[in-house]
Amino acid sequence: MTTQTVNQHDAHAHDGHEHHDASGMKLFGFWVYLMSDLVIFGSLFATYAVLMKGTAGGPSGADIFELPLILVSTFLLLFSSFTYGMAVLAMHADRVAQVKGWLVITFLLGAGFIGLEIYEFHHLIAEGFGPDRSAFLSSFFTLVGTHGLHVTFGLIWMLVMIVQLFTKGLNDKTRPRIMCLSLFWHFLDIVWICVFTFVYLMGVL
Amino acid sequence: MSDAHASHDGGNHGSVKSYVIGLILSLVLTIIPFWMVMSGGFSNMAIVLTISIMAICQVLVQLIMFMHLDFKTEEGWNAGSFIFTALILVILVGGSLWIMQNLHANMMLGG
Repeated sequence: MTTQTVNQHDAHAHDGHEHHDASGMKLFGFWVYLMSDLVIFGSLFATYAVLMKGTAGGPSGADIFELPLILVSTFLLLFSSFTYGMAVLAMHADRVAQVKGWLVITFLLGAGFIGLEIYEFHHLIAEGFGPDRSAFLSSFFTLVGTHGLHVTFGLIWMLVMIVQLFTKGLNDKTRPRIMCLSLFWHFLDIVWICVFTFVYLMGVL
Repeated sequence: MSDAHASHDGGNHGSVKSYVIGLILSLVLTIIPFWMVMSGGFSNMAIVLTISIMAICQVLVQLIMFMHLDFKTEEGWNAGSFIFTALILVILVGGSLWIMQNLHANMMLGG
């Protein structure tokens, strides 16, 4: 009787452990992907740093960067990172409605960020300062555009998660997905810290 | 049940308090660099040094407060792979700049 209980307990504990491992492995695998993505951004930063003086008679960063706009973008992305954190906390408290609400707010903040970036890029290209103007502008558009594309895919993923929360709710499949997107979203905010510091702020000096 | 959920992904998930502290620290570490550059009352050397240090601080704040990076989750493999990647980045970015600067100086290209 005692042994049986102990065995049952063991089996149960083992189940829980495997379950935890599967979810943990998924997150770790996603983390490794993020690290490789970080190397891509590192290469783009190195390329930008090498080419930033190559303006070919065109404008330099000081001529074209609008810092107030960048400050607003930075705030949008920073607050969206915070609101995603609130979504994750709501998820761990099993409050589905709150998770949906926070995800919608995060999506809107992220969409605002992308909107400002599209405005900035469109404005530059319309003035003739597109990526074909100089090596500086090529590397600038590649670096900032790659980050913007990542944010765009994050937004699509977020939309999918909002829909899945309505159709599937919170379960063992949707929870790890929300956690992976959380890592992705915070990661993009961290890359943006380097972009606004090393590209925009140092670019206008 | 709620206990089982809390341990779903391993490691800690922070609290409202840790996220708010992370947000406030990030806001401060964002506003000061923008203010230094936009007010224009500082030497370039001082600005570059200060905003670089603040960027590194903000990256660390967000890694710890938002992404909950520590040496306990997955037995430290997350943090280990991050440190390895940081090393690769230092070699990649530092090495590229070093080589290209050398080339630039030796070839005496204008600009």
